[in-house]
Amino acid sequence: MHEMSVALSVVDQVEQAARANGARGVRQVRVDIGELAGVVPDSLAFCFELACAGTALEGARLVMRPVPGRASCAPCGRTWDTGMPPDLVCARCRSAATELLSGRELRITQVQWTTEAAAPPPAPAGRTEEN
Amino acid sequence: MCRTVDLRQAVLAKNAMAANILRSELTARGTTVINLLSSPGSGKTALLERELLLARERGITAAALTADLATENDATRLARSGVPVKQVLTDGLCHLEADMLAGHLHDWLPEDTRLLFVENVGNLVCPASYDLGETLRVVLASVTEGEDKPLKYPTAFGLANLVVVTKSDLAGPAGFDEAAFRDHVERVNPGVEVALTSVRSGEGAGVLVDRALAAAEGHAVHAPVMARAEA
Repeated sequence: MHEMSVALSVVDQVEQAARANGARGVRQVRVDIGELAGVVPDSLAFCFELACAGTALEGARLVMRPVPGRASCAPCGRTWDTGMPPDLVCARCRSAATELLSGRELRITQVQWTTEAAAPPPAPAGRTEEN
Repeated sequence: MCRTVDLRQAVLAKNAMAANILRSELTARGTTVINLLSSPGSGKTALLERELLLARERGITAAALTADLATENDATRLARSGVPVKQVLTDGLCHLEADMLAGHLHDWLPEDTRLLFVENVGNLVCPASYDLGETLRVVLASVTEGEDKPLKYPTAFGLANLVVVTKSDLAGPAGFDEAAFRDHVERVNPGVEVALTSVRSGEGAGVLVDRALAAAEGHAVHAPVMARAEA
């Protein structure tokens, strides 16, 4: 059960980015969770709520996007869903020269935060959109 | 005002960075780290005891750090080999992280250490997600644990540079199906070596030391498919 460590890392990184950009509070955090990342989404959601307490993320919503495991065979070019547990040997040519295309993601993708309306902070790195 | 920002940060980026720094620092001073992962009771400590003794007999400077939730029993056992040993108590935490390891090595690890064996907390789930700055990650399973262990813990077995089967002397009585086990390992980690060992019969003696030395000398270690994708 390392989801608490993962949740604390998410909160820590988001809080740092929010503070650096003059945000007051964080409303929502989006994360990609690969099928093969070894993280249990329900458990992470539970830990996230606890980890947010007393931080700029207090009350923030966690939106998790599952990413399926996909693999491709270097020699024959076949691509397939790895499934869980993953099957990383090509079913067509039995080659072990496999590339994993996706499924190991454990990444913060997008954050929604509130800022002081009177004094807008400097634009953070990356694409931003106001709503 | 509400603002939506694309952040794009790996959740475990901080650990990955700490692990890379530790790996560079240790490699520069000639120390190679071997991270040992398994379920509780698979025989990590017994195998390590034998391998440390062998290393010492061969004049290879080795050291071991062992992590448990509680008790110093493992360090007491490993210290019988005569090499420097440190017990880390995680106070309930299920895994080691790179900055924790770095902190423990700071004023303990002897300068001339060639091989540092890290016996992770007995657990095949959480430790799998944390790079400790190792050059060789070894995942162990005993013959009594069942042939489908690699399928039940695919992240751990899928990220191994070497898989070690322990207690091979019990394979017969336990009805261990070696071919099925190898098939299951191959499915999640194509091409990885599976080595059979028994502390009792002596099978596979020196395999950990040999593979660790090869890695220390710069020989390429097996690169798992799962480790080749962006986290």
